Amino acid sequence: MTAVDVKPSPDSPGPGGAGGPDGNGGPGVPGASGNARKRKGASRRLSFVLVKLGSLLLTLFVASLAVFFSRFLVPGDPARFLLRGRSPKPEALAEITRQYGLDKPPWEQYVNWLGGILHGDWGRSLTYRQDVSEVLLNRLPTTLQLVALAAVFITLLGLLAGIIASLNKGFGDKFILITLTAAGAVPPFVAAIGLVAVFSVNLGWFPSFGSGDGVWDRIWHLTLPALALGVTYIAFVARVTRSSMNEQLIREHVEVATSRGLTRSSVVVRHVLRNALGPILTVSGVLIAGLLVSSAIIEQTFGLTGIGQLLVQSIDRLDFGVVQAIVMVVVTAFVVVNTVVDLVQPLIDPRISAGSETR
Amino acid sequence: MTLSMTLPQTGFRRYTSALSLTAWIAVIVTAVVVLVSVLAPSLAPYDPDYVDLDNVLAGPSAQHLLGTDALGRDLLSRLMFGGRTSLLGPTLVVLGSAVLGLLLGLAAGWSDGWLGKILGRVFDILFAFPALLVSMLAVALFGKGLVAPIIAMTIAYVPYVARLTQGLVASERARPYVQAYRVLGFRTPWVVLGRVLPNLIPTVGAQSALNFGYVLADLAALSFIGLGVQPPTSDWGAMIEESRGALLGGYILPAFWPALVVVIVVVAVNVIGEEISDRIGGKLS
Repeated sequence: MTAVDVKPSPDSPGPGGAGGPDGNGGPGVPGASGNARKRKGASRRLSFVLVKLGSLLLTLFVASLAVFFSRFLVPGDPARFLLRGRSPKPEALAEITRQYGLDKPPWEQYVNWLGGILHGDWGRSLTYRQDVSEVLLNRLPTTLQLVALAAVFITLLGLLAGIIASLNKGFGDKFILITLTAAGAVPPFVAAIGLVAVFSVNLGWFPSFGSGDGVWDRIWHLTLPALALGVTYIAFVARVTRSSMNEQLIREHVEVATSRGLTRSSVVVRHVLRNALGPILTVSGVLIAGLLVSSAIIEQTFGLTGIGQLLVQSIDRLDFGVVQAIVMVVVTAFVVVNTVVDLVQPLIDPRISAGSETR
Repeated sequence: MTLSMTLPQTGFRRYTSALSLTAWIAVIVTAVVVLVSVLAPSLAPYDPDYVDLDNVLAGPSAQHLLGTDALGRDLLSRLMFGGRTSLLGPTLVVLGSAVLGLLLGLAAGWSDGWLGKILGRVFDILFAFPALLVSMLAVALFGKGLVAPIIAMTIAYVPYVARLTQGLVASERARPYVQAYRVLGFRTPWVVLGRVLPNLIPTVGAQSALNFGYVLADLAALSFIGLGVQPPTSDWGAMIEESRGALLGGYILPAFWPALVVVIVVVAVNVIGEEISDRIGGKLS
C-alpha cells in the first residue's frame, strides 16, 4: 500500500482494538495505596515493553522465513531461477549453487542466509557484481533524505492545513475539506506526474530528474519527489488534525482558557493542538512505513538513486538476492517504526497508560 | 420532528433515503465508469491499439474526442479499455480478501481459546507486509503482469478485513440475540453464518470500498513503473507511463486523462466507503 496509503493500522483505535488509545475511562484505576499502585504500574509498563519487543522479534522472524522461503514457491531448478535472463553456463550454475548453498537442505540454507544477514553479509548482487550490503549502503542516504523531507512537508503542511480548516468555519472549512478529500485520493505516482507537468515542464522551477549534488541542490532536486510522496499523507494528517482540533475546540478546558482571556493563538497551541496530537502520532508509524514503500515508485519516476529505485531495477533485472534484501529491510523498518511509536506514545500522552492495552 | 424520522425505514429505501448529494454523485460516477469499461468493446470509437502515426499527439477533435497519444492511438478508446484491466484487479483483490478475511475473522472472533489467539497473531504479522511491497516481491518471483500482484495483494489485504471482523464478531457474540439462539440450542455454524454474518456485511463493505481505492492506486502504480500490465495492453497506470515522454515535451493530455480518471474513481469509492461507515455509526477508524 502504497499504499497509500493510510490504512487502519493494527494499533489504530478500530473496533478490533477493543477500546484502543482513547484514553477516557481506561480500565482499572484501583483504590490501592499509592505506593503499591506505583509499583504495579512500573511492572505493568515493563511487561508492556517486553511484550512489544517480543512481538517485534517474532514478526521479524516470521518475516525472514516468508522472505527466504518465498523463493521455494517458484517451481523448477532454483539455480536456473536465480540466473533467469542470464546465460546458464555450467560454471555460472555451479557458482550460484555454491554461493547460495543450493545443494544443502532448505533449512540449512535459511540458517546460513539469516546468519549472513545478522553478520552483515547480505550476499552478492548479480547485476552490480558487488556485495548487496555495499550497494544498499550507497543508496540508503538518498532514500532517507527523501523520506525525511517528505516527513517535514507532511508535518508542516498537514498541520497547517488542518489548523486553518478547523479555525475557519463555513466556506473556508468546506473548501479545504473538499480539496483535502481530493488530494488524499491522488496516488503518489499521479502526484509526481502532475507536479512535473506544472513545476518542471510549465514553470521550469524544479528539475524533473536526478538527485543533485551538494546540500541545497539536493534539496532542490528532492522537493518535487518529496511533495509527490507526501501528498496523500499531507491530506490525511490535515484531516486528522482538523477533526481532532474540532473535538478539542468544544471541550470545557478550552472554553475556560478562552474565558481566562488567553489569546486565540496561545489557546490553540497550548490547549487545543497539544491534545490533538495524540491521534496524529498514532498514525505516524504507518505513515513513515508507507512512505518507505511508496518511495520505490517516486524514486523510479524521478530517477533518484535510492533503495526504492534499486528495488524496482533489481526486479526488472531479475536480481533476486537484492530484492530479498530490500524487502527484508523495508519490512524491518516498518515493524520497528510501529513498535517505537507504540512504545513512545504513552510517554507523550500519559492518558494512554502503557499496560491498559487489552489486546 | 416528523414521524418519518422516528419510524425505521425498511428495504431499499433505507439505503437511498438520506444518501447525501456527494454520495449520490459518487455512486453515479462509479456506476458510469464501471458500465463504460464493461461495455468498452461496443462503446469505444476506435480499436485501442490502432496506431496512426500520421496523427500523433493530436488535441481533442471531433474524430478523437480526447485526442491521441504519442503513437496516434485514440485516448478515449484506450481509457475505456484501460478501465477493464484497471478495475478488474482491484475487484478481484477486494472480493478475495473480503471472503478470506470474513471467514478467518469469524473463526478468530468466535473462539476464545488458542485459535483466536493464534489467528490474531497471524493477522498482526501479516500487517507487517505492506501490500505494494508484497506484490513487488511476487513480481520478482513470478514475473511481470497482474496475476502475481493480484494474488499477493489479496493476501496482504486479508488482515485488514479479518481484524475488523474479529472485533465485530467478538462484540456481536455478547449481544442478547446471539445468547438467545444459543440458549434455544441452535448450532453454532447456523448462528454465525446465518445470523451474525449479515450484521457484519455493511462494515466490511465499507472497509472493502476503501480498500478498493488503495488497491486500484497500487496496481496502477505497479503498471506505471513497468512491473504490472505490459504494453500494448491499455491500463490507466500504464497509459500514464507511456505518456511521460510526451509530458516532458509539453503534451499534457495523454497523461492527464488517465490520471484524472484514477483520482475520480478513488475519490468516488472513498466517498462511498465513508458514507456507509457514517451510516452504521462510524465503526471504522
